[in-house]
Amino acid sequence: MNSNHTLRNSILWGLGFALMIAALYMVFVYVPTEKHTGVVQRIFYFHVPVAWVSFLAFFITFLASIFYLWKREIKWDAIACASVEVGVIFTTLVLITGPIWAKPVWGIWWTWDARLTTSLVLWLIYIAYLLVRSFATEPTRAARYSAVIGIVGFVDVPIVFITVNLWRTQHPTAIIFEGGLAPPMLMTLLVCIAAFTVLYILLVIQSAGLKTMEADIKRLRSMKAE
Amino acid sequence: MNKTFTKIFAIFWKDMLTELRTKEIIVSVLVFALLVLVVFGFTFGAGLEITEMVAPGILWVALTFGGVIGLNRIFAVEKENSRLEGLMLCPVDRAVIYWGKLAGSFTFMLAVAFVITPIFLALFNLPVFLPRLALIIILATLGFAAVGTLFSALAVNTRARDIMLPVLFLPVVVPVIVSAVKATGPVLAGGPWGDMLTWLQILIAFDIIYLVAATLVFEFVVEE
Repeated sequence: MNSNHTLRNSILWGLGFALMIAALYMVFVYVPTEKHTGVVQRIFYFHVPVAWVSFLAFFITFLASIFYLWKREIKWDAIACASVEVGVIFTTLVLITGPIWAKPVWGIWWTWDARLTTSLVLWLIYIAYLLVRSFATEPTRAARYSAVIGIVGFVDVPIVFITVNLWRTQHPTAIIFEGGLAPPMLMTLLVCIAAFTVLYILLVIQSAGLKTMEADIKRLRSMKAE
Repeated sequence: MNKTFTKIFAIFWKDMLTELRTKEIIVSVLVFALLVLVVFGFTFGAGLEITEMVAPGILWVALTFGGVIGLNRIFAVEKENSRLEGLMLCPVDRAVIYWGKLAGSFTFMLAVAFVITPIFLALFNLPVFLPRLALIIILATLGFAAVGTLFSALAVNTRARDIMLPVLFLPVVVPVIVSAVKATGPVLAGGPWGDMLTWLQILIAFDIIYLVAATLVFEFVVEE
């Protein structure tokens, strides 16, 4: 990170910290308990933002992959990879918090409906992305192959969703969009989404910055060796 | 346009000739798919009601995993004898190489499917003459081949090539498997065309999207 970005980074850190504290307060203290499902419903305020941010992460990877194949600059590959790493972690969280919420509420850990299956397939596709990077024979190939997967994998997601949706459905319908959320709940949800989005941005900036620096060091070393 | 077809056909014919002489891919895929069918036969026992429900799934698991085995070989043979470099030296558009290999893998997988399916139908006591099933098989195999050829070229250049292809291929191809299984159900039960129509539409959409996407992106996989 060069000095041009120090102010931006400090602001992001401060904002992220404040948002996360606010989110924790709102989820555990402020928001009223939902009357049908009880305390466990509070998982919703983490589960949903994390899911949306993971989709954002994979979309950013899709864009960064296209840019990498076009411009061949390391920074695009760094952003794509960092975004996948964070996205996979967040998707893992979705797949863990979901069943924890589902078991007391629906009585089952898992079902093969559209959203769950798509999340699982998404997770698998991007695990494959990370595997290809570790199994590639050299860094430029790793970058190229994973860019291809970043593009092809993302194209697959809507198709998987539509297909499985036609197949079966049990996930609760998106109450948010039908205006069925009480104002305090909606506010809490929005604050949580903001908190996790800032967290994502911070993690990607850090990770991508590190990767770019590592690549620069490697390049300088090999130049020095000549 | 004619020149492009000639080039694609040249690559396709090279693969066909090699295959006709060695029979390497087709035999291994056939045997493997057959074994999968047999294992399922044992695990699910002989209850007739169960068979009706799981039969489409069994057929498509056998064809999918057989397909993965075959797709592994499509580019592995090129890599082994440095034939990939030779192919790259030809003054052809990279997409032409993709379509040539695609034609080859599609043909092999289709041939295997048309042998395995009657055996499957007989083993599970289902009606053997089902032309609608042929349509589903052709569309689904095209989807498998479109995605598989791209990923095969990718996986063959990595260190763990045998595990890389299934790991990449299977999640992406989930819509094809789901649609194929759901479309096969009504066909085996003798249901009307209407039931399968949505699934056929998804298969066709998937095929088109992936043929286009892979054509665009293939050059990045094989460039040196």
